[in-house]
Amino acid sequence: MASKLGLSTETIADCRRLARQVSEGVRRETEQYTTVSTERTVLRLLGVDGVDAEEVPIPNRVVEALHACGKLGRGAAVWMGSALAAGAPSVAEAAAALADPHRAAAQAEHPRWREAVAPHVEATLKRIRNNRSERERRMASHPPEEKPLLYAIVATGNIHEDVVQADAAARAGAQCIAVIRSTAQSLLDHVPYGATTSGFGGTYATQENFRLMRAALDAIEPELGRYVRLVNYCSGLCMPEIAAMGALERLDMMLNDALYGIIFRDINPLRTLIDQNFSRRINAVAGVVINTGEDNYLTTADAVEQAPAVLASQFINERLAKDAGLEDWQIGLGHAFEIDPALEDGLLYEIAQAEAAREIFPDAPLKYMPPTKHMTGNVFQGYQQNTLFALTSVATRQSIHLLGMLTEALHTPFLHDRWLAIDQMKTLRSNARHLADEIRFAPDGRIVGRARAVLAGAEAILARVADYPDGLFGALAEGRFADTRRRKDGGRGYDGVLRKDASYANPFLEAWLGEPHARAGAHA
Amino acid sequence: MTAPRLIRPYGDKKNDGAVQVSFTLPIARSAVAKEAAKRYAAKMGLREPYVTLAEAIAPEFTFFVVYGRATHDVDVAAITAEEAPAGSLSREEIDDEIARRFGRRLIVLGCALESDAHTVGLDAIFNMKGFAGDYGLERYHGIDARNLGAQVPVAELARIVRETKADAVLVSATVTQNDIHVRHMTDLVDMLEAERLRDEVVLIAGGARVDHALAKELGYDAGFGPGTTASRVAAFLLEEISRRKGLSGSER
Repeated sequence: MASKLGLSTETIADCRRLARQVSEGVRRETEQYTTVSTERTVLRLLGVDGVDAEEVPIPNRVVEALHACGKLGRGAAVWMGSALAAGAPSVAEAAAALADPHRAAAQAEHPRWREAVAPHVEATLKRIRNNRSERERRMASHPPEEKPLLYAIVATGNIHEDVVQADAAARAGAQCIAVIRSTAQSLLDHVPYGATTSGFGGTYATQENFRLMRAALDAIEPELGRYVRLVNYCSGLCMPEIAAMGALERLDMMLNDALYGIIFRDINPLRTLIDQNFSRRINAVAGVVINTGEDNYLTTADAVEQAPAVLASQFINERLAKDAGLEDWQIGLGHAFEIDPALEDGLLYEIAQAEAAREIFPDAPLKYMPPTKHMTGNVFQGYQQNTLFALTSVATRQSIHLLGMLTEALHTPFLHDRWLAIDQMKTLRSNARHLADEIRFAPDGRIVGRARAVLAGAEAILARVADYPDGLFGALAEGRFADTRRRKDGGRGYDGVLRKDASYANPFLEAWLGEPHARAGAHA
Repeated sequence: MTAPRLIRPYGDKKNDGAVQVSFTLPIARSAVAKEAAKRYAAKMGLREPYVTLAEAIAPEFTFFVVYGRATHDVDVAAITAEEAPAGSLSREEIDDEIARRFGRRLIVLGCALESDAHTVGLDAIFNMKGFAGDYGLERYHGIDARNLGAQVPVAELARIVRETKADAVLVSATVTQNDIHVRHMTDLVDMLEAERLRDEVVLIAGGARVDHALAKELGYDAGFGPGTTASRVAAFLLEEISRRKGLSGSER
């Protein structure tokens, strides 16, 4: 596809070079550590599940016990393997033993821990591989999908009610169903267990809820003649655990962005960047498409001013994703339609930014987010803004279109709010089907000028970030993103970051890195 | 007693009562469904209900748009409703007045409570950048504006109020379910009263579904709905804190 904006390929290449410099800095800073959540994820991947009498997940209990006796820096898998090799008859019983602080402290490292853990590692890798080929088989059995994909959100708080709403949305035309999490979940340092019916502003991400919704969407696939993607959120303090649960239950998309947690949830930068890397490794092998959260910068700051920061973040996120093994088609970089509708030529800016993202990341399944900031309660104006958003999305070939609700900012969507949004976008997608093929921009016009300015601005930001001695961490500490300062040793979850022992082992990372006995200090 | 002044909705002529409503009924689209929508509109007090849209939005759900003529009227002469009072001072004037009256910066906290993760409205009031061309509280020299962000536990907020000796707290309550925002808002009032802090701070609520009457009912000093600018909030704070200072007569 020829560039319509005539953006400088040299500038784009320079941005990628700077982003690589930034990601190298992140790797250097993070590779010496693991986290409690990463180790809980290893346990979950080994098959540890369930909660104790106090509703505390067993993976948390085991990690707490191993951490308390100073054993966690070696890697949770070592101790699970040791318990199994020493005679524990099952994963569940090995975990039950290690959940006890005294027995965890007494557990000696067994020389054949690797052999003991290997069948469990292989069983999980196989389950994830099977889920991936299952998805591919199902998708291949239907006609090609229309793009942009229509992405609808359900958020009742009750998984059984969510199923009703998801069913209605999918039948109306939604191709991706995202179950919004309960609003406080990103700050929980454990994953709730079982089917849940009481969330606030959303439904808890639990493995059982994943399974229930997956089954519901699979059930209507034959009737609809298309596969409906299931989306959830692996971000916050349990980022990699939720990625693991998604891989096990065949979720198709995962929101996955450390910067969002750092800036908007005050989650410790080290913790969440370490967690992000492991979660992205999981998403990479599971064939999951990640969605990044750059759109969020625009909800609090000015969408015109912040456009270069969004682009800079997209470059960094792309690089961090590739470092974790994700391929272009899996990297759903986020952006949003958030410019004040009162701004003269604001729509031209939106078109410039959306087209620039499309041209700079041609193979990425870009996720385009709807207006939220300037939604006022005037539902008619809201519907009008959403129409312009939908038109821009079609005209610039966005990949994943998060449907805008005319009642945004008023209440969680009514059944017909969602239907109106789906109907609106289906109309635009058909009514303006080949618009993108027809559009050319005035070479010296406002749209081209704006796109170039945004790219130049992103390059300048990346150069500044890359220039900090500790790269991204320095930039975060000085409030370079979204005007918010976040220190490397501050924020939530910092106490869950621990230094790896020289002989740290994580059999899953080793498998995915293709290094059967990866050297100590391999990047987690 | 004032003479009644009865009004009803206006479509294209006085007293025609023209109303448009939209709703979904949990029933498959059919002639029965359409008649059900009409009868439902009639029960809502609409004469000559006219169904302009009956769309099957899911197998067992139909979305309706219905027009009709309202049979009810309302006596506006019998209504008293107050808006949160606020002057029309500029940011510079407010800063000058704070300096003159208090000789120090006013400490203003802002947050969304407990499970509420939405900060768009809060940020619009606090962030330097502001909203609709009106600078946020962080821009005021006379205000030490501390945006605590979303999901602040009520108990934590009470502790911060005590520690910072805050002059005012702005609570943003946004999109939630089951009216849980109301519960968290009243929890805060209860907590501040229990901690003997309630009289020490001006308590303001804001959000898309908040109005002055609701805020007063919940024990707040004022409520600001959508479209409120920071300068309006700042002007209210200036007057309310001054008034209290006049009453208590002592600086904390």
